[in-house]
Amino acid sequence: MWRFIGRRLLYAVPILLGVSIIIFALVQLAPGDVTDILIPPEAPKEVADILRHKFGLDRPVYEQYFIWLGNLLQGDLGVSIFTNQPVGSELASALSNTLMLAIPAAFLGFTLGAVLGVLAAFFRGGWLDKLFSGIAIAGVSLPHYWVGIVLVAIFAVTLNVLPAQGMGPEDGDVWDSLRHLILPVITLSLIPMGVISRLVRASVLEILSQEFISALSAKGMARRRILFHIVKNAAPPTLAVMGLQFGYLLGGSILVETVYNWPGSGGLMNLAIFRRDVPVLSSTILVLAGIFVAINILVDVLQALIDPRLRR
Amino acid sequence: MADQVSAREAIEGPIPTLDPAEALARAREGKGYWKRVWESLKDDKVTIVVAIVLLLIFLAAIFAPLIATHDPSKGSIIGRLKGFGYKDHLLGTDETGRDMFSRLVFGARLSLISGVLPVIFALLIGGSLGIAAGYLRGRVNTVIMRSMDVLYAFPSILLAIAICGILGSGLENTLLALTITFIPPIVRVSETVTVQVRSLDFVDAARTSGASSASIMCRHVLNNVLGQILVYTTSLVSLSIILAAGLSFLGLGVTPPDAEWGLMLNNLRQAIWVNPTIAALPGVAIFITSMSFNLLSDGLRQAMDIRL
Amino acid sequence: MTTPTQPAPTTAARAPLMTVADLRKHFPIKRNLLGRTLSAVQAVDDISFQVIKGETLGIVGESGCGKSTTARLLMRLIEPDAGVVTFDGNTVGGAHGVGVRDLYRDVQMVFQDSYASLNPRMPISMSIAYGPLSQGMNRKAAMAVAVKLLEQVGLNPVLYANRYPHELSGGQKQRVNIARALALRPRLVILDEAVSALDKSIEAQILNLLIDLKQEYDLTYVFISHDLNVIRFISDRVMVMYLGHIVEVGRVEDIYARPEHPYTKALLAAMPSMDPRKRTETAPITGDPPNPIDPPPGCRFRTRCPHAAQICEDRTPSLNDGAATGEGHLVACHMRDRRSGHPEARSSGASQ
Repeated sequence: MWRFIGRRLLYAVPILLGVSIIIFALVQLAPGDVTDILIPPEAPKEVADILRHKFGLDRPVYEQYFIWLGNLLQGDLGVSIFTNQPVGSELASALSNTLMLAIPAAFLGFTLGAVLGVLAAFFRGGWLDKLFSGIAIAGVSLPHYWVGIVLVAIFAVTLNVLPAQGMGPEDGDVWDSLRHLILPVITLSLIPMGVISRLVRASVLEILSQEFISALSAKGMARRRILFHIVKNAAPPTLAVMGLQFGYLLGGSILVETVYNWPGSGGLMNLAIFRRDVPVLSSTILVLAGIFVAINILVDVLQALIDPRLRR
Repeated sequence: MADQVSAREAIEGPIPTLDPAEALARAREGKGYWKRVWESLKDDKVTIVVAIVLLLIFLAAIFAPLIATHDPSKGSIIGRLKGFGYKDHLLGTDETGRDMFSRLVFGARLSLISGVLPVIFALLIGGSLGIAAGYLRGRVNTVIMRSMDVLYAFPSILLAIAICGILGSGLENTLLALTITFIPPIVRVSETVTVQVRSLDFVDAARTSGASSASIMCRHVLNNVLGQILVYTTSLVSLSIILAAGLSFLGLGVTPPDAEWGLMLNNLRQAIWVNPTIAALPGVAIFITSMSFNLLSDGLRQAMDIRL
Repeated sequence: MTTPTQPAPTTAARAPLMTVADLRKHFPIKRNLLGRTLSAVQAVDDISFQVIKGETLGIVGESGCGKSTTARLLMRLIEPDAGVVTFDGNTVGGAHGVGVRDLYRDVQMVFQDSYASLNPRMPISMSIAYGPLSQGMNRKAAMAVAVKLLEQVGLNPVLYANRYPHELSGGQKQRVNIARALALRPRLVILDEAVSALDKSIEAQILNLLIDLKQEYDLTYVFISHDLNVIRFISDRVMVMYLGHIVEVGRVEDIYARPEHPYTKALLAAMPSMDPRKRTETAPITGDPPNPIDPPPGCRFRTRCPHAAQICEDRTPSLNDGAATGEGHLVACHMRDRRSGHPEARSSGASQ
């Protein structure tokens, strides 16, 4: 078992290296460089050259890469061109804000999705099934950022019961902060809910059709206990997808955070894009990808724990 | 040997034979798998409705200049954010006074292009890579699949944002970003399905004919994996449309003053306070298109699930 | 474009058409970090035999004995780890040997009618014609071959040519499989459990068809099966395999009437008797077959053999140890080798 974990961890190293190369390559391919942002275009060439030298842009490409990589490994995520603050601290606080959204959204999306999926499977063919399946398909077809806008339109603009954006004042009370959470969390939970409910429905249906369920039922096992067996069988692939969805929530929250002006990692990226603040952008993407890889490994290990067949 | 009358013929009389040219023709028009899929699709009401909806949307996009009631880029200062039916604006006006209906119709062009084209490219590239990886196995498989693993380290949106955010906005970058985003999942699905098919006896039988790997992949493997790959790929189109619109929403995709549904959503964000219905309209368009593709994909999957 | 010319057969009748020497295939299961194999399924372990021109060589054994792997090795669908195979005197594979594409003009295989031995998306006429097509024939000529073969195997081409596999019954599909194997006019046909999936009445029809075709086309068969009755019916010589080794080989009459190897005896005794006077009283064979992964040293059968002795663990018996018991009747058992040191060793030929 430990060998399996060790292998997976070892395997993550070239992947992360590959990720860093991709990001670095993208940055290199981007039009223009730092000097375009910091100094006006009319500035004399020597000024631009001095700046380039200061940022190490006149060295050969692979040298730049290794310097950058070396810094990364020591925890130095670079310095924002705009604010001159180290990226690390900004990113840390932004990430914690995103987690504040992602964790409740994951919880909401997964539980609702699983319940809907199981119900839809049990009442297969009935109106309940069609309704839930419809909701699930809608959940996947809706641009969730649009739903966010619609929710804001309904609850903030028309009804005026919930705030439209932001996290609320720093020193506000708990209830106020919670009110700011409601809409973004609901919006964020839509996609996981849709995906999980479709998956659970399909898994449960497939398990129900397998012969061993009939065998258990014929032996007189109570329905509740059969349910337990079903859950045990449906769990591994579902857990895997849940893990992935959580990763998507963390890495892909940018759209929802833009709608609600939420100062999370997505908002940070948004700002960085707007300002062309390359260090912030590339480091953020790198960290988010790294977290996603870590989640993937965790999911693999958990799956292997549950289902011994998967231990390769 | 061909002239000898076999024992069977001696007893039962000559066996009616078939002219080879005619046999060829018959083989081509036989009730193949795809014909049956098509017929099954035709019977599915939901799929028909959805197909018609999509056809209308496509036609609207193609014939936009003919259908649009106004010039989509012509605004008006006083006629901003007006509701349905204001003057002759069917669906009202947007935040700079441009006609919503016309902008939606013209927006369909860019939204559909940035939604459908990347999936088609990804299917061609990713499908070939996946089938090759699945059939040829060995080192080819390792190289291809490990490269995909690196791309898989990015959550989909993040990869698209990385490319567009760093390289810059615009239609070409959007197409590039989305194509690259969709190649890994298509490769993975293609490889999985190909590996399954490859283990079947008829592939071994095809190998014993002395055919080249390319020939076997095209004539034997492809027909058997295409169905599942297509089902998965059509389900990606809806995601692609949403992502493309999302990129424009972030300012990374299409740039103003072009009409595109995601971009329109972004521009109309502040309009929520003034005229929420108008502000929500582009989202409705995205939703309808995306949902239709999803239902089409489901219908396709059901049609292909024919018990052989 | 005509059929590619077959090389003039250099093999006289009764000469070996195909020889196999020390053929080995191990499937690795666990590797350590450096790639070295830690444990492997020893599917086929250094076996050697011959296929005589014009005969039907039956290969029989239980599941996991390596017979299917042997078939695929002979067809070069899997690459062997070691060993030399020759066809018509020419080495197969390797740097100077016969290439796979040329081999397939002489050697073909009929697969078991499993879930998909025919491409479900291809009309059967195309499935048959694919071989000739791949070897360079034009489409019309290839289709003509397919049509003719459909007739030969008893399927009316007018009715069946553009049918799909799922529209055919098991027996009909096997006829198509046979037709496909014959499309390239091979000289040797390997049949891997060709009738195992068929109902008994259909099985009889197909077996008779195979016998007719063998005569008509002057074929040589290697017939693999686990069914002792079928093997007895169709084979001229029989080869018994156990866990990747050949334990006994000989003429079908000799094997069935005077089996020498304890495993062969047990196999034959285990066949349910059709005669109510001869009921099977005790189980002729006990124990489970040992794991093909890292099998025990020495004779592979000793863990279930009532005559096992120390020598059986020390040294693996080989086919040539035992003195021949009849024309070409070879046994791999220490009891049949006077010089082995086995307490029951004696010259073969004594009745049992």
